[in-house]
Amino acid sequence: MLSPGLYNYWIVVVLMMAGFYTLISRGNLVKKLIGLNIFQVSVFMLYISMGKVQGGVAPILIGEMPAHGHAATHAAHDIDSSHDLHHDVHAKESPPRHPNESEGVLSDVLPQIDASPSLSPAAVQLAELQKTGDATIVYSNPLPHVLILTAIVVGVATTALGLALVVRINEQYGTIEEDEIHVMDPEQP
Amino acid sequence: MRGRCLIGLVDILLITLLAATALVIIAVRDLFAAVMLAGIFSLISAGLFTVMDAVDVAFTEAAVGAGISTVLMLGTLMLTTSRERRGTARIQILPLIVVTLTGAALIYGTLDMPIYGDPQAPVHHHVAPEYIADSPHEVGVPNIVTAVLASYRGYDTLGETTVVFIAGTGVLLLLKRPRREAGAEPTKNTSGDQNQTASG
Repeated sequence: MLSPGLYNYWIVVVLMMAGFYTLISRGNLVKKLIGLNIFQVSVFMLYISMGKVQGGVAPILIGEMPAHGHAATHAAHDIDSSHDLHHDVHAKESPPRHPNESEGVLSDVLPQIDASPSLSPAAVQLAELQKTGDATIVYSNPLPHVLILTAIVVGVATTALGLALVVRINEQYGTIEEDEIHVMDPEQP
Repeated sequence: MRGRCLIGLVDILLITLLAATALVIIAVRDLFAAVMLAGIFSLISAGLFTVMDAVDVAFTEAAVGAGISTVLMLGTLMLTTSRERRGTARIQILPLIVVTLTGAALIYGTLDMPIYGDPQAPVHHHVAPEYIADSPHEVGVPNIVTAVLASYRGYDTLGETTVVFIAGTGVLLLLKRPRREAGAEPTKNTSGDQNQTASG
């Protein structure tokens, strides 16, 4: 069994230190910003690594949504119509459906679908799996994903602001090297 | 079991590649190459996010990190210079010591962490199970990340929008100012020669 163990976290530390080193040792302002980006990505990687569950899937619900979700009933309807040909074969052996679920489908369904619309066998199986408990389908932790989505967008906003500052500094001083700027600015207190 | 093993291998390969890319970015002196490598770095990390089940994060990183950031940096290089000065790219001792010490402390810290993918880790026990169990009934969107982002943590997204707005305003103000006083001094130093503005 080949599992990363703590390897992810060690590489995260290496990335973080690579970004940190670029930030404090390089005089070039664009290089500093690239280092800052590497640092940010290492933090993203740390969070996402913590959110992963062994054997889990992406946190998007598999199978049927509850009956009040309209998109779900439409999806069920789509599955039905695509499996139209096999309808009669499976109609008899498929288990009875939830009363409210069939209600939702029936209210939306077009008249040409015959009287006993059934889910495709795969969908029924998935619904069964869902009913039996959380142990069958494991979702990875969605919370770190949400936090990191926000962080990525904020990160690119700060990068843009930093790059605008670099352009402005270059217009004023004619260089983007830190020490040359210091030489030109001897009056600093 | 076999598929899971393979996923672990892909994870290890990608994250090693990521570290190698980061080290090359430090070493390379051509800024254009560094920016391109930063784009590659973002793309590899997007692949890694996919392996770790964070598909939403992956496509945001691919679009924003590999796309928009690279374009912004290339624009900056066009307006400034694409060459890092020679003397600055040597290895410096003091930063290296600081970085090594900090890294060693952090790695010592990781030894107490739950291993990668552990379902018993404390992260998975408090808020996330409630989101997974309740969001289908309370929000009704199949993608749990979307449900949390837009509904449970909607204020975070509002704050994020505010930050993006402020950053955009800042960029506009920074880049607009010299054009107003453009008659007085030479601006737009595209070739990066130092004599022009040093005298002026």
